[in-house]
Amino acid sequence: MARKPADKPKANIPELTKDQELAAFRDMLLIRRFEEKAGQMYGMGLIGGFCHLYIGQEAVVTGVTMASHKGKDAQITGYRDHGHMLVMGLDPKGVMAELTGRQGGLSKGKGGSMHMFSNEHRFYGGNGIVGAQVSLGTGLAFASKYRGDNTVSISYFGDGASNQGQVYESFNMAKLWNLPAVYIIENNRYGMGTAVTRASGQPNLSLRGVSFGIEGEQVDGMDVRMVHDAAKRAIEHARSGKGPYILEMLTYRYRGHSMSDPAKYRSKDEVSTMRAEHDPIEQVKARILDKRYGDEDWFKAVEAEIRAIVTEAADFATADTEPAPAELYTDVYVDGLGA
Amino acid sequence: MPITILMPALSPTMEEGKLAKWLVKPGDAVKPGDVLAEIETDKATMEVESVDTGTVGEIFVSEGTEAVKVNTPIATLLAEGEDASASPKAAPAPVAAPATTAPAPTAAAAPAQPGFTPQNDPDLPAGVEMVEITVRQALNEAMAEEMRRDGDVFVMGEEVAEYQGAYKITQGLLQEFGERRVIDTPITEHGFAGLGVGAAFAGLRPIIEFMTWNFAMQAIDQIINSAAKQLYMSGGQVTAPIVFRGPNGAASRVGAQHSQDYSSWYSSVPGLVVIAPYSAADAKGLLKAAIRSNNPVVFLENEILYGTTGLVPKVDDFVLPIGKARIAREGKDVTIVSFSMGMRYATQAAEKLVAAGVDVELIDLRTLRPMDSATVIASVKKTGRLVTVEEGWPQSGIGAELVARVVAEAFDYLDAPPVRVTGKDVPMPYAANLEKLALPSTDDVIAAVNAVTYRS
Repeated sequence: MARKPADKPKANIPELTKDQELAAFRDMLLIRRFEEKAGQMYGMGLIGGFCHLYIGQEAVVTGVTMASHKGKDAQITGYRDHGHMLVMGLDPKGVMAELTGRQGGLSKGKGGSMHMFSNEHRFYGGNGIVGAQVSLGTGLAFASKYRGDNTVSISYFGDGASNQGQVYESFNMAKLWNLPAVYIIENNRYGMGTAVTRASGQPNLSLRGVSFGIEGEQVDGMDVRMVHDAAKRAIEHARSGKGPYILEMLTYRYRGHSMSDPAKYRSKDEVSTMRAEHDPIEQVKARILDKRYGDEDWFKAVEAEIRAIVTEAADFATADTEPAPAELYTDVYVDGLGA
Repeated sequence: MPITILMPALSPTMEEGKLAKWLVKPGDAVKPGDVLAEIETDKATMEVESVDTGTVGEIFVSEGTEAVKVNTPIATLLAEGEDASASPKAAPAPVAAPATTAPAPTAAAAPAQPGFTPQNDPDLPAGVEMVEITVRQALNEAMAEEMRRDGDVFVMGEEVAEYQGAYKITQGLLQEFGERRVIDTPITEHGFAGLGVGAAFAGLRPIIEFMTWNFAMQAIDQIINSAAKQLYMSGGQVTAPIVFRGPNGAASRVGAQHSQDYSSWYSSVPGLVVIAPYSAADAKGLLKAAIRSNNPVVFLENEILYGTTGLVPKVDDFVLPIGKARIAREGKDVTIVSFSMGMRYATQAAEKLVAAGVDVELIDLRTLRPMDSATVIASVKKTGRLVTVEEGWPQSGIGAELVARVVAEAFDYLDAPPVRVTGKDVPMPYAANLEKLALPSTDDVIAAVNAVTYRS
């Protein structure tokens, strides 16, 4: 595409290093292309059930993960989880094969889009019940403090989940015990089809910790630089023993809530304006070109690399076998308690 | 080869839709994410985005066409260097149909569920000293011993620390283990149950005390959706070694909201272990086993039994097997099966019945899931008669489950229809006389035994 001049540097914009910009672009592009492929495969009937795509929100998990100790700090999210897994380094083949319900999926095909985990990468899901991950993530933070291992727990949840009662029960305990918990509210403006302003008495969700004494900030969640900067601050706060921190990421999903979204609750203009003016990937691309961190050949090479990864994942997920019937009865119990 | 673009499905149940609008025409260059077309069903509209880079070749289905079947080719996309002549003239068959469509559900019948073989209770050393303690002490000792043994075990709940436990089950634990491991929570069952499960995911071994199981209904989502299903949903990767415990069922005169028996609720959930002990020895040995288990355990105690005493062997490490029923009394005339508080009625009834010449076999299930139905079925094959006793409601209760299993596996051995003794099918009343009527009694058990043995 034609080179787009970068915006004039604004005051107080925390810049990323060259390596960070290039890595952010690559990570976000992987999510974008992976999700586009997942959407296509869903349309072909290869992926069943629910499928919630992360397209548009890529900067959030990319910037936060970049600010964390990847693989050591715990992360947990809700059902819009594909992007989190890709950025945390889980195998794209395993993720896609889980979406298609195959043996080689991360959960052997028994979890599905909303239920994937990795102890190795310290990713705890992939949780299908809105808000549940906030209490679970607070428990991960409790374990960090109990062990004194200097890790933090990062819990992602949406604007919809931010109205659930257990979120506040968790905020209270996190502050009461000063747990190393970072709460990332991915405010993509709609809880399914209900706008934040139609669901929340106080639509500034960064204030949701005020009555518990938890600091919060609103962040431009479409700008990976702002996400990274705020996340560094929040994670450092938590890691240094000062307790929990809330970041409200103002973001936007381009696709419907799930694949079967009628999309009648928002205008096409709203979506196209966000895509044209705030796209997280195009923003990074413009900066990379402007600062000559990479040229068109570099972008072509990254596109080709990502395309190969996504194609390999899709091919694997299509060709892999379904779980053996005997898998029906495995993994219900451990310790030989049978099924 | 040109790439064939297929009619997508908006949901797994969609079979056809309307191709409402084309946003591209042949010759247009497209890249991933560009919207190619809009499709509609009666429920929703969706934009078809390109996944590939290329030039639109031919459009097979014109806009406005209704009832386009899912996976019908609707257009082609030409890669760099290809021209439209490479495009098939007619609508081609869906490319590599077997590889790009979902597999048909496997027609094979589900495999048989693997059986579970419980272990027997450990043999005790000859001449072992038996110490009489309360169920309360037994539970307290179990937690203290396991906390001494494993630094990852901690106990959390309302009033478990400074107050020493609402029912004194955690008495002295704060003094011995400190506030890091004995933690008073705010009154937030949903939140601290979820917090406990998260800590278990991270490898700790929480004991979550509910002041009563009635309050755990606030937390049941975390117990079932997060703890019980985690191992399965993660394909065996993530365990939840957690114990949820507290008093279950009716206490005395506390009314409907504080007097419910959740035995059958939790026992229906795969992934949960459910234990409901009666005796002090079982309370101790099974709570220790529960804390060591890598499965999530629902441990159902009973407030009225806390103060009752029983003999517990004085050994260093008294651990009982999960999933094994205990034959409390051997007999040949009738099988009575119960657990927890129901065992009190059953035991008192058995004493009277034996005195009256009925040779009762009395089985204490101890663990409700996995359920040791083999012991029950073997007993019924011997006696030919079954009475179940529980405080819970009759519909879908533990007795209903036992009767179903016995009828399925020992029908020919039955000499009488089984009888369930249960709580009455009403919320628990407050008035003393009504509460007494709502709960099962020793007389109810005797009447049931008389019915199945045709004595009257």
